[in-house]
Amino acid sequence: MQKQLVRAAIVLALVAVPGIALAADPAAVTQLLDQYRQEGAAGFDAARAKDDWTKEHPADDGKMRSCITCHGSDLTKPGRHAKTGKVIDPMARSVNPDRYTDPAKIEKWFKRNCKWAWGRLCTPQEKGSFLMFLKDT
Amino acid sequence: MRRWAVLAGLLVLGTPAVAAADDSPGGSGGFLDALFGRHKEVEPVHNDTYEEECGACHFAYQPGLLPRRSWDRVVAPDALEDHFGDDASVEEPVRKEIAAFLDAHAADDSWYKRSIKVRRSIPKDEAPLRITDVPYIRRKHADLDKARVQDNPKVKSLANCAACHRKAADAVYDDDTVDIPGFGRDW
Repeated sequence: MQKQLVRAAIVLALVAVPGIALAADPAAVTQLLDQYRQEGAAGFDAARAKDDWTKEHPADDGKMRSCITCHGSDLTKPGRHAKTGKVIDPMARSVNPDRYTDPAKIEKWFKRNCKWAWGRLCTPQEKGSFLMFLKDT
Repeated sequence: MRRWAVLAGLLVLGTPAVAAADDSPGGSGGFLDALFGRHKEVEPVHNDTYEEECGACHFAYQPGLLPRRSWDRVVAPDALEDHFGDDASVEEPVRKEIAAFLDAHAADDSWYKRSIKVRRSIPKDEAPLRITDVPYIRRKHADLDKARVQDNPKVKSLANCAACHRKAADAVYDDDTVDIPGFGRDW
């Protein structure tokens, strides 16, 4: 019985190790990309999203806003809420593995932050591209 | 005779509490403090949903920092979509849970000293939306210059309580716990 358990553990370890090394996409990302495709999106573009991440849009208060206004220009470093000053955990999965693991949370923040930074909701195509860009950070 | 026994019992029970009060933030020790010290600040209450949903963008202000009529305006069904310029909307069951938590621990019925000061400083017919608009809170911060708050990159706003009030998450706002980034205890 114990031998069987040890064997199972070894097999599990062998299977799991390459999985970690490859840093497979979180299930939440795969699920949302599928959802966005069903909503009509096609051809997600991580490079485009990387540009969009820093692209500035004028806000009602006369200031320019972009994703990096709050998240900062280095995704592996914490950001800071533009108004309240509250520290925001890093966006990069390499330093913050909790990122992009909860579809509802991802959707909630797309809704809030697209409106804040761009003054409108993001399209499924844009959201998918952002995920393609962010998941490999 | 029996009365003395009860009193002696209370003293014995109180002794460990006195020791604990010495370590507790904001508590200056002493027997009275052990009995009443925990009512010096605002009620240190927690709610996971509130901390996750509201605390993501700003310090999760203790409910005892505003009266119920203020919280009701802040988390009214349509109010969160334009929350001081941000879209902070949440699903209705989540909103209800947060509203109930804030209502249950608002300043109105609190025995905590700062909650009492908060509610006494606000005219009855007013319901400020911002904690920084509460007269008591505003008075306490009136002498702070821009260099220490607005122009301080690690503070930015009076809304950022925890930047200087190092025990704010434990609901302690005592002067002794203030440490302004870049200025320390100089204010």
